[in-house]
Amino acid sequence: MSSAANDVTSEVAIPGNVVEIRKLWSMFQVAGREIVVHKDLDLTIERGELVSLVGGSGSGKTVMLRTILGLEVPARGTVTVLGKPAEHLSDAGAASRVGMLFQHGALFSAFSVLDNIAFPLRELRTFPDDLVRDAALVKLQMVGLDTVHAHKMPADLSGGMIKRVALARALIMDPPLLLLDEPTAGLDPDSADAFCALIRSLHRELGLTVVMVTHDLDTLFELSTRVAVLADKHMIVHGAPKDVIAFPHPFIHDFFLGERGQRAMELLREYPFAV
Amino acid sequence: MPAECRSADETRPRISSLNGTESGVVKLDGCWSAAALAQPQAWNHVHGALAKLTGTPDRSRRWDLLALERLDHIGAQLLWNAWGRQWPAEVLALKAQRATIERVARYSVGPPPPQRRIAWQGFLGLGEWVHQVAEHARDLIRLVGQLMIDCARLLRSPRNGPWRDVSGNLYRIGATALPITALVGFLIGVVLAYLMSQQLHKFGADAFIVDVLGMALIRELGPVLAAILIAGRSGSAITAQIGVMQVTEELDAMRVMGIAQGYRLVMPRALAMAIAMPLISVWTTLSALLGGVLTADLAMSISPAYFLSALPSAVEASNLALAVGKSMVFGVLIALIGCHYGLRVKPNTESLGQGTTASVVTSITVVILVDALFAVVFKDVGI
Repeated sequence: MSSAANDVTSEVAIPGNVVEIRKLWSMFQVAGREIVVHKDLDLTIERGELVSLVGGSGSGKTVMLRTILGLEVPARGTVTVLGKPAEHLSDAGAASRVGMLFQHGALFSAFSVLDNIAFPLRELRTFPDDLVRDAALVKLQMVGLDTVHAHKMPADLSGGMIKRVALARALIMDPPLLLLDEPTAGLDPDSADAFCALIRSLHRELGLTVVMVTHDLDTLFELSTRVAVLADKHMIVHGAPKDVIAFPHPFIHDFFLGERGQRAMELLREYPFAV
Repeated sequence: MPAECRSADETRPRISSLNGTESGVVKLDGCWSAAALAQPQAWNHVHGALAKLTGTPDRSRRWDLLALERLDHIGAQLLWNAWGRQWPAEVLALKAQRATIERVARYSVGPPPPQRRIAWQGFLGLGEWVHQVAEHARDLIRLVGQLMIDCARLLRSPRNGPWRDVSGNLYRIGATALPITALVGFLIGVVLAYLMSQQLHKFGADAFIVDVLGMALIRELGPVLAAILIAGRSGSAITAQIGVMQVTEELDAMRVMGIAQGYRLVMPRALAMAIAMPLISVWTTLSALLGGVLTADLAMSISPAYFLSALPSAVEASNLALAVGKSMVFGVLIALIGCHYGLRVKPNTESLGQGTTASVVTSITVVILVDALFAVVFKDVGI
């Protein structure tokens, strides 16, 4: 990212794209009926992108994240993450390939903040305790939390702090791919802005590829380099935010050009980074 | 910038110090990432080499990181700690690598002091424990009082009662427990009858099997056995159900809507238990007797017909009334203890597990305690 020599290294190291979804079908059995969530869905995410997944409620955004994580097995089609089939992602060492920020944090309630962050590292059972602790403290501060919170339990944290701790835990092994499910849902505007800034700086500093599901237009325009819109069971458009807005589709019209959308669009002018 | 590393061979983190012309140069290569360093061989190599290097401190040593395939925060942390948390005189590194190490350096601070436990806190903990026991007792008494008030409310307007909840719980606590209680009861009956048949046979008192078995099963074992099974089965379920409702804020939602928890959650369960428990107790006793009758027939050739005709004179009917009354009390206690621990669950998984365990242990202990109380108080009844 910073030097030509280094860029060459990573170029050679990575076979293809970070995420490749080809002709994905997702189906569920609900009360004996088969419900098709995705039908021939294609998506390619390149290295270093910050992609926002957008779609109406029940359009299968979270299902897609879970499919990328290998938590759901596709009915048909292939999902390749970092050059490997997604089903094998959750094998041992998954924490070094992908980090996931769950919507409600999913912190282990029986562990303290520090133990939560250190958990994937400690489970490797190679590193000495002081190195693990140091690494966890570094990540804790990287997400903007003070070390005084290290010994707190998740039940004693506020919503914004839970998200930060969960982000620190997702990043402990420096995975190249980070998935976020509604990163700013349930945060007050100040915390949401701070969290967006945090994600943007981490994305820039660590060279992460980020995929996030969000309904929050402010977050979307502030962060994403690309937007993927999920409607009618497939990806109707995938591109830079300004191209996506121009795409003629009723969902896009309602979503971006409604009253709320107009307000958020003002941000586009303030944050040229996004476009 | 950091990404994943290439094939396994190349990714192996290595460290070598060059001697001769370029003395004092430490060259790092391979992949210094958490996943690569976590391989035991790689870790032993790197850790050993770093320990040797830092054992002979030499500030003029040159560190060459240019050949590194990847340096993540764990690798940087390892280096930074090995450097004694200060920059060595000379480091050859890419800008990105330097940035990673700088980030680690900025945030590498001493760990916050862990909360130490001293004797005074231990003493305070003892007081806390006493308070907690008192609180449990108070809560339980409050729950009993609330149940009485709720029952009075139900009697005043029975048509508006939560009957669907009662019948649902009745099915879950009572009907679905029938197979397991029957099986356990039957087997206990067989075992008891078999053991006694041998002892009685020694004294030639075969016919007394009816008295001994009838009294033991109807008065004591049937109700207690059923109560212990139900405490393990439904007491834990009640605690877990209410505990999860507590975790997911469903209880708060009920409170906000002005729906009385005692009336909608505790009372239906207590009522269902009060109805189901005596029935299950009778059912368990019956299947235990069946096991006893069959064993007596096979092991002692005491015919079922004789057994059944001798039973009414051996065991007074008041014993049956006592057993049913006892079971009703057991049932209400199990339900109340289950609800009590469920309502105390805090929003974390550990507390849910502790609450469920405590609920089952407490309800079984209380059942046996109360049974002993019944035995003392009613020692003149039916014997």
